[in-house]
Amino acid sequence: MNMEVRQPERSAKARVGIVDCDIHPKNSLDDLRPYLSNRAWATLQTYGQRQRHGYVKGYPYPKSQPLACRRDAWPPGGGLPASDLDFMREQLLDLYGIEYGVMNPLSPSGQGNQNDELSAAMAFATNEYQLENWNRREPRLKASVVVPYEDAEASVKEIRRRAGDRRFAHVLFLSRTSELLGKKRYWPIFEAAVESGRPVGVHVFGSSGRPMSNTGWPSFYLEEITEHSASLAASVTSLIIEGVFERWPELKIVLIEAGFGWMPSLGWRLDQNWKRMKDEVPHLRRAPSEYLREHFWVSTQPMEEAETPEHLIEIMDWVGWDKIMFASDYPHWDFDDPFTALPPSLSEERRNQIYSGNAKAIYRFD
Amino acid sequence: MSAESRAIDCDVHPTVPNVKALLPYLDDYWRDTVQERGIDSLETVTYPPNAPLTSRPEWRGKNGRAATEVAQLAGQVCDSWQASIAICNCLYGVGLLFAEDMANAFARAVNDWVAREWLDRDPRLRASIVIPTQNTEYAVDEIERCAKDKRFVQILVLAMQEVPLGRRQFWPIYAAAERHSLPLGIHAGSTYRHSITSLGWPSYFIEDYAAHTQAFQSQVASLVCEGVFAKYPGLKVVLLESGVTWLPGFLWRFAKFWRGVRAEVPWVDRSPADIVRDHFRLTIQPFDAPADPNQVERAIDHLRSDGILLYASDFPHWQFDGDETMPAGIPQALRHKIMVENPLATYARLAF
Repeated sequence: MNMEVRQPERSAKARVGIVDCDIHPKNSLDDLRPYLSNRAWATLQTYGQRQRHGYVKGYPYPKSQPLACRRDAWPPGGGLPASDLDFMREQLLDLYGIEYGVMNPLSPSGQGNQNDELSAAMAFATNEYQLENWNRREPRLKASVVVPYEDAEASVKEIRRRAGDRRFAHVLFLSRTSELLGKKRYWPIFEAAVESGRPVGVHVFGSSGRPMSNTGWPSFYLEEITEHSASLAASVTSLIIEGVFERWPELKIVLIEAGFGWMPSLGWRLDQNWKRMKDEVPHLRRAPSEYLREHFWVSTQPMEEAETPEHLIEIMDWVGWDKIMFASDYPHWDFDDPFTALPPSLSEERRNQIYSGNAKAIYRFD
Repeated sequence: MSAESRAIDCDVHPTVPNVKALLPYLDDYWRDTVQERGIDSLETVTYPPNAPLTSRPEWRGKNGRAATEVAQLAGQVCDSWQASIAICNCLYGVGLLFAEDMANAFARAVNDWVAREWLDRDPRLRASIVIPTQNTEYAVDEIERCAKDKRFVQILVLAMQEVPLGRRQFWPIYAAAERHSLPLGIHAGSTYRHSITSLGWPSYFIEDYAAHTQAFQSQVASLVCEGVFAKYPGLKVVLLESGVTWLPGFLWRFAKFWRGVRAEVPWVDRSPADIVRDHFRLTIQPFDAPADPNQVERAIDHLRSDGILLYASDFPHWQFDGDETMPAGIPQALRHKIMVENPLATYARLAF
């Protein structure tokens, strides 16, 4: 949130190297220009981005503040929040002692664009941009393989292009896909991710073209952001019930910015119904909650805040201490401060797991 | 008397055997329409007739359907399970129709069928008013028409609508609800205006059923965000067959974001978690927790309310085995509240 920064105190507390699993470098379309063909650039100039919602610029649910960013995140030298590496170092990487950060570019990145070919061109450009503008100058920042997920063939090509390149941490989806993630149209992407030894990250947001809720379009930004976790839960269910993890037992999914308070209940509900209706899904060999526990990792921000703090600990216990990874969501307004985000009662061992151990293990950092 | 013998079962389902059963309750024009156009059935795929969820096998009659007769339903929920009162929520697919006039005719027919064929035949039964959400004026008229009969204790709508239920177009319904002390009951089910998940149509029925959680969350968020409870402070909302354990985690996320962006909804002047505990109730089947009683007890603790749960068997849906209508692990002191006190506090019309 928009908090006063007490820099000296924080620098002193920065002892354990933190892995921040959700940082949003902000690029403009111009930043992608060097990596786009003349044709793709011309299409963008003439027809713009058509992102399965109605506006040329901006969002149908206007954010609570410009670009959903912390008001103090606009670089003093000009430019958009998280577009200036030196200012990001000052405000995040150095201030908090971030050892590694995972970049999840959100827009413009071409994901969800109605034009598959343009989507693929922009995804490629976004990946080059991450390397050139950020990782090359600041190796602590790892890139995402942004894929044009509505086109599996092009996505596989992009993943293979980055094969063996350790500068990329994971394959990135946005959660608001045009269909449920477990559907066969996306399977080649999972296969390629497993082949490349990388997890698949799914960050909330994007535009599906479908209503935000299965009871239609809500009115408010507050509803949109609240409902992302329930919307994503449908894709988590789909991945499990379609048997994706039977097919690719090594597939790991990282859910980003979706919270995790909903996970135990989802597992219980699925188990309960699976017990009576196993005959519908004979390809599943285990209870749905077991796949949920085994194959899904979660990022912390926005940490749910239980009215009774122990209740949140009980939920974390169910999700698994080896599955929860710290994320700040810099530079967005709902930024979680690394020094205050986790419940104070956690043991040193659990804090270390969440702040760095779990992420280093799944992303094979070091 | 034990709690069980005064229990109020807040969610049971009389089954309309076929459209013919409703013919006596339709006027000439609609009776002709049914026959001329060959409208055989308004059963919905929310409960595929032969699916295990739809009925426990031993409750199915000769035609494969359960709960088509008063004697069976009342015999099970009132005699065997000792409920003193049971609230009938008829899920026949009126809400799915696109034509407003047809929906209105069928809603009236269902309500009259319930009154004549169920409520008249067993004094322990009460019912919810099925309304055509397709048209708010019709819905309000139907509430006014049925509210004269005090055995109707609630208004019934499906969880997945064309637009979220908080939207202002529905507010005359909530004014009528408040006027007549009728809670708004939101039951699992869809009008099929959108894909059953917000990311498209899933392959398997298990996914369809799981997707209800989002619909209930969306309706809670919508009713709170739009300011329904600021306008109608007397309104109560009952989530029927919604599952229970999703609520705390949802409220944590919702309340946190509300703190961040509450300027968008200035009429929401206190935490959504507090509003929900004041205005919403949930029935206990399904509960969606593991069989381990300790886990159930923890889940109950997370709700931070002893007034929010209502007893329901969800008969004839197959949510549990044997006669254990309550999940094991609910503390003894809470059982009485769930079975008797909370339903009485929710349904003002049960006092008549």
